[in-house]
Amino acid sequence: MKRNKLTIAVLAIMSFVAPAWAGGPGNVDVRNCTWCHGPSAQGYAPAPRLAGQRAQYIFNQLSSFNAHARDNPFSKIYMWPAAANLSPGAAHYLAVYLSSVPPKAAEDGNPALVGLGRAIYQGGVPDANVAACAACHGPRAQGVGEIPRLGGLAFAYLQGRLEQWREGYDASALHPMPHVARQLSSQQIAALASYLSFIK
Amino acid sequence: MLAVTFTGATHAAAPGLSGVEGKIQYCEDCHGSSAQGYRGFVPIPRLAGQQPEYLMNQLRAFVEGRRPNSIMSNVAHVLSPAMMHALTARFSKLNPRPLGGAPTRNVARGKTIFQDGDPGANVAACAACHGPDAHGHDEVPRLAGQLYPYIIKALTHWSQERGRIPSRPDTSAIMEPVAHSLTRPQVEAVAAYLSTLR
Repeated sequence: MKRNKLTIAVLAIMSFVAPAWAGGPGNVDVRNCTWCHGPSAQGYAPAPRLAGQRAQYIFNQLSSFNAHARDNPFSKIYMWPAAANLSPGAAHYLAVYLSSVPPKAAEDGNPALVGLGRAIYQGGVPDANVAACAACHGPRAQGVGEIPRLGGLAFAYLQGRLEQWREGYDASALHPMPHVARQLSSQQIAALASYLSFIK
Repeated sequence: MLAVTFTGATHAAAPGLSGVEGKIQYCEDCHGSSAQGYRGFVPIPRLAGQQPEYLMNQLRAFVEGRRPNSIMSNVAHVLSPAMMHALTARFSKLNPRPLGGAPTRNVARGKTIFQDGDPGANVAACAACHGPDAHGHDEVPRLAGQLYPYIIKALTHWSQERGRIPSRPDTSAIMEPVAHSLTRPQVEAVAAYLSTLR
């Protein structure tokens, strides 16, 4: 909670002293992101789409890589070094810029699982103590504030993120995701990732 | 003997301890890790310290459709009466700090409205029913420490969200004219005041 308030405070301060870099895709920090996340930040292989992601969420994740809290293997290999020398000002600039790029849906899930995924996302599985994702992530999976947009992210990324929480990675992530993921079966995770990948 | 009775109970009417613990964690997934409330896509209310009779009435209202809410209707439908009692008893005993985060400039005005009402506008003193400490009693809810955006949403959507089965009137009818009489600035002021109370 404290960390949260701090990052919100940092964001608030930084928005008044925004850096005077050249904006957009030519910015050197943006280019460092798009090497892996795709030329318009739509995601590429294991690197998730950043376009259209919530600015506060991007900023918090960069802080989390910097603090070595988000500790799954790809994060360690790629994002710990990438975030190591990023100033709060640069992180803020990236978060705001990337959130402003229009996102495209990956649409790469299993269409046969979309119905099950929609039911879990919108209504949860009360008998199995699985909370409805929509309560926090929104009915269109658009996210809000520090809660990420999930709609249109790639199947493999969504599946991997939930599986990693289940395996114990990134255990200090904001309540309640590590706990929620542990309530899900592999099939339910595949269904959620499929459904979300098609949301525009 | 006690152990035998307890074991018997877990397999019969009363929910097992692990069943209650699992359900508590499930509730707290959305309502906050100490049931202090959470700002999700919608404001998710504080349950901590809430009156158990109020919580029971709301869970039944979700089941019966008096309070339409697709997510909470799903949640409440699978809860046995024994589980509802166990959950509401547990949440009523929690007392975390208020979540906070409301604007502070209208707190004093909110306090005046809550404690004294607005006689000129036919608004009764909230404290008359909810108590001067806003802790409520029986089916009258505790408001102390409730989320600022949740109180605003409740008061500005009262008749759309509560008492939706006219043939089954409930205690929400008492609030309908009050919610209707309050202006938006008054609602914001009262919500700001309540969100600070312990």
